[in-house]
Amino acid sequence: MSVRVEDLKIYYTTLRGEVKAVDGVTFSIGDGEIMGLAGESGCGKSTLGNGLVFLEGRMRHAGGHVQLDGQPLPIGDSRAMEAFRLRQVSIIPQYAMSALNPTRKIGRMTADLLKSRGVDYRKVLEEFKRRVRLVGLPEDVLDRYPFELSGGMRQRATMVISTLLNPSLLIGDEVTSALDVSTQRAVGEMLMEFRDRGYVKSTVVITHDLSILAQIADSILVMYAGKLAEKAGTATIVNNPLHPYTQQLLASLPEVGLRYDEAPLLGIPGRPPSLLDPPKGCRFRERCPFAFDKCVEEPPFVELRPGHEVACWKALQEAQVPGGPMVAQEAAR
Amino acid sequence: MKKVVTYLVAFFVATTVDWGIPHLMPGNPVEIYLSRFNISSNTQYVALQKTISESFGVNVPLWQQYLDFWKGVLHWNFGISFYETAPVTHIIAQAIPYTLALLVPAILLSYFLGNRIGAMAARRKVLDNVVLPIGYVFQAAPYAWLALLLAYVFAVRLRWFPPSLGSNPGIAVGWSWSFILSALHHWVLPFLSVFLVSFGGWSIGMRNLVIYELETDYARYLRSLGASQRLVRRYAYRNAVLPQLSGLALALGVVVGGNIVTEVVFQYPGLGHLIFLAITNEDYFLLQGIFMFIIIGVLLANFVIDIAYVVIDPRTRLSMTGATA
Amino acid sequence: MSVNIEPSGHKSLATGSPAASPAGLGQPSLAEAGAGGTVAGGGVAAAFAGRRRWEFMHFALRNKKLMIGAGIEAVFVFVAIFGPLIAPYGVTKTFPPGLHPSLHHLFGTNAPFGQDVFSQALTGVRDSYMVGALGAVFAGVVGLAVGFAAGWRGGWLDELLQLLTNVVITLPQLVLMIVLSAYQTNRSTLFEGVFIGVTGWPWVARAVRAQTFTLKARDFVDLAKLSGRRASSIVVKDIAPNMASYIFLVFVLLFASSMLVAVNFDFLGLGPSNSYSIGDMMNYASQWSALQLGVWWWFIPPGAAMTLMVVALYITNVGLDEVFNPKLRQQ
Ligand SMILES: Nc1ncnc2c1ncn2[C@@H]1O[C@H](COP(=O)(O)OP(=O)(O)OP(=O)(O)O)[C@@H](O)[C@H]1O
Ligand code: SF4
Ligand SMILES: [Mg+2]
Repeated sequence: MSVRVEDLKIYYTTLRGEVKAVDGVTFSIGDGEIMGLAGESGCGKSTLGNGLVFLEGRMRHAGGHVQLDGQPLPIGDSRAMEAFRLRQVSIIPQYAMSALNPTRKIGRMTADLLKSRGVDYRKVLEEFKRRVRLVGLPEDVLDRYPFELSGGMRQRATMVISTLLNPSLLIGDEVTSALDVSTQRAVGEMLMEFRDRGYVKSTVVITHDLSILAQIADSILVMYAGKLAEKAGTATIVNNPLHPYTQQLLASLPEVGLRYDEAPLLGIPGRPPSLLDPPKGCRFRERCPFAFDKCVEEPPFVELRPGHEVACWKALQEAQVPGGPMVAQEAAR
Repeated sequence: MKKVVTYLVAFFVATTVDWGIPHLMPGNPVEIYLSRFNISSNTQYVALQKTISESFGVNVPLWQQYLDFWKGVLHWNFGISFYETAPVTHIIAQAIPYTLALLVPAILLSYFLGNRIGAMAARRKVLDNVVLPIGYVFQAAPYAWLALLLAYVFAVRLRWFPPSLGSNPGIAVGWSWSFILSALHHWVLPFLSVFLVSFGGWSIGMRNLVIYELETDYARYLRSLGASQRLVRRYAYRNAVLPQLSGLALALGVVVGGNIVTEVVFQYPGLGHLIFLAITNEDYFLLQGIFMFIIIGVLLANFVIDIAYVVIDPRTRLSMTGATA
Repeated sequence: MSVNIEPSGHKSLATGSPAASPAGLGQPSLAEAGAGGTVAGGGVAAAFAGRRRWEFMHFALRNKKLMIGAGIEAVFVFVAIFGPLIAPYGVTKTFPPGLHPSLHHLFGTNAPFGQDVFSQALTGVRDSYMVGALGAVFAGVVGLAVGFAAGWRGGWLDELLQLLTNVVITLPQLVLMIVLSAYQTNRSTLFEGVFIGVTGWPWVARAVRAQTFTLKARDFVDLAKLSGRRASSIVVKDIAPNMASYIFLVFVLLFASSMLVAVNFDFLGLGPSNSYSIGDMMNYASQWSALQLGVWWWFIPPGAAMTLMVVALYITNVGLDEVFNPKLRQQ
């Protein structure tokens, strides 16, 4: 297991109290695994992703541990984390299109960055250029300013820079979201390519586009309101989801394309709860068609089948009845 | 280039307004001039009136006067000052060194120091707590008040510096050590009053800009990749300086105005004080000449800033050469 | 201040070119108002919008800077309105000249006239405020109109208005005032206010233009356009409300800068012929050698009051900015 996250809590400190954006999540990612991270807007995906790399401003490490390649990752200690960033953990941020300094040429910026990390730019230059070509950019983007590139080009440049030192863990936050369909596919393939070539070991792909995950992810983790809802292999999640939230997400997708961008608008009625003062018990309760009295208690995130973890009382009960989960699954359809 | 057109239009408008000064002013300049002499006989008066009109060039149609004025501008000839009875350019030439000695160091020093200190304040809470209030007070202080305050405290009370004039009147103006020392001594207070107000503005502006830059996406990204604080700050500083630079162009007019007030308070013999004298003496040709100088100075400075901006900011450089962004 | 005066504008609003827009407007709330979802989370965004007014008061009352700045300002506004009524003496009433500050004459009396400086200052605050408000309103209106038209229409109108803006920037205000005032010997407060407004708008226009550009690019404007609404209705219903907080900040800064410009004018004797502002006081003090005679109470307290009025406006501006813009709020 190259990445192990245990009961991780990341809160935002605000004037009105703490926003519990990531509230006790536990999972692991294997070497060479691409894990998709899905869930409605605001459920804490970016917070989790950023938290593994860089806790900024108001973010607070409120509990839990992270292990990377058997070593503890000191995510709460920004100083200590510095050594890990870019080399061991890296991120393609959600704002990748505006992540480059507008007044520096891309090559120059990368050189500055590497120099401040004690890496000789000239030594990696050849490799840098090769990867730039690999993602389909001309070599001369190194001599261009970010505003001379299109959004998609900037994003790919960011992708190459973030992975230049072959990190063990890469977070790709919404790397495909703002792109057109064919570019999306290309970026997805690049992520796989990077994994296959060993540029990165484990990858977390945060996205709104389940169809991309279906194509590139080995496993999918579904989050709801700061908590984990379900995690399983990609095929299992797509064909055989156990959590009512996952089921609704999938059901609300149009048949073709499996996109759920507008899912909260079209599909699932109601809104996620406030993370400032989240309700006790199952956080999906208010919107869950199957909610019952047990649901006022918090459901544990447990492995109901091999490699398939779910946090739902109903799924848990049915798992104890032979053939149960499958029936629930049919009912939801 | 668009910029050049802007400058030409500005120059044209300013020159035309300037030309209008003696014409808009109440009273006829010739009459005013003549009233200075005690002329008893009427024939003498009429004769003199004719000569004077000719020497002022006001005896020809308006459009001709306007063209003549442009000719004069192009030849650096603004006629004769009524009051001093000397060529306007001559009088101005004497005042200009004083004004430049105040303005140039005040603008440059306040700009560079303000940017430095503002950027430092942006990242050090302790310093920020000092810089912010002081900066606000300087920035908010009316020029006249700050000048009077400095004069009162350091000249009248402490007697460290002289309260007025550009040098000791007992010392002949020239390249002697005693004159230079005396001029420096007289220069300190007026300089400080122009400097402090601008300094307050720049430091606060820079502080806010750097704080803003440190929050931008590229700064976050660099930090996420473990870049050193130094690098992040360097980038933030570089990018924050750009809007400050265009702010410099906006501020010039204000500083020039403040400079006029300051020179009046200290009776400092620069252009500002000269304006004051010209107004009190209704010496409109002198006024006209001074304004022409100020306008040309401000336009030139603006032009230099524009060029500097284009050199520093790659984005403008690109749009200049016509490529698409 | 978030006036973005950069040509290509990579920021929706920069944080401040100082002399132009004195306190530096911070990035105002627009970004957040438009994109509340990023902070509040998509679902919460709607609830957020509903609570906005309440939120505003919540943060406004807790913002120290705003409370202090607005508090000081409120005192001065009170003085401006009731100053002449609470003034202990008439402005022209005479006493022994050059009296030191005392309980009878808080700011002493001037010399050689022997008028009560405190009473004059109370009146002066009113005149300075009048000019400040007039200048701010006129500069604000012109700047908004020009900036908005340029940003919204673009094209040749934009080019033309930018040319106008740049020309006005390069003409020194004080120099123009000197020319005008020699011509117009009988000046009113209205004249001074309008003049300050008519020459002081360029930075507003630049900032508003940049702001309009970014707003125009926002989704909700596209949505409105798609639904086939007319430009004017989009401007009034969608853009204007989103800019309201920004406009408010601009106004506060204009108010401050107009008062400062007016002090310069008044000090040089270019102010309204029949008023008695703070700048006039300093003018007379300087003309009647208050400096040499050591009558410091004639010019120091009024100038200090003016400085305080302006500082309070700046602080109010920063505080408001923090209230409008969640990003700037401290934890
Ligand atoms: N800077 C912040 N201060 C306070 N709360 C924040 C901040 N950033 C995010 N949040 C809150 O944390 C929660 C999770 O935000 P996060 O950005 O992780 O969501 P997300 O799942 O990535 O959403 P999206 O799909 O829209 O990117 C949200 O409810 C949001 O309100
Ligand atoms: S625990 Fe209850 S409320 Fe929550 S998802 Fe399962 S059935 Fe629905
Ligand atoms: Mg996100």
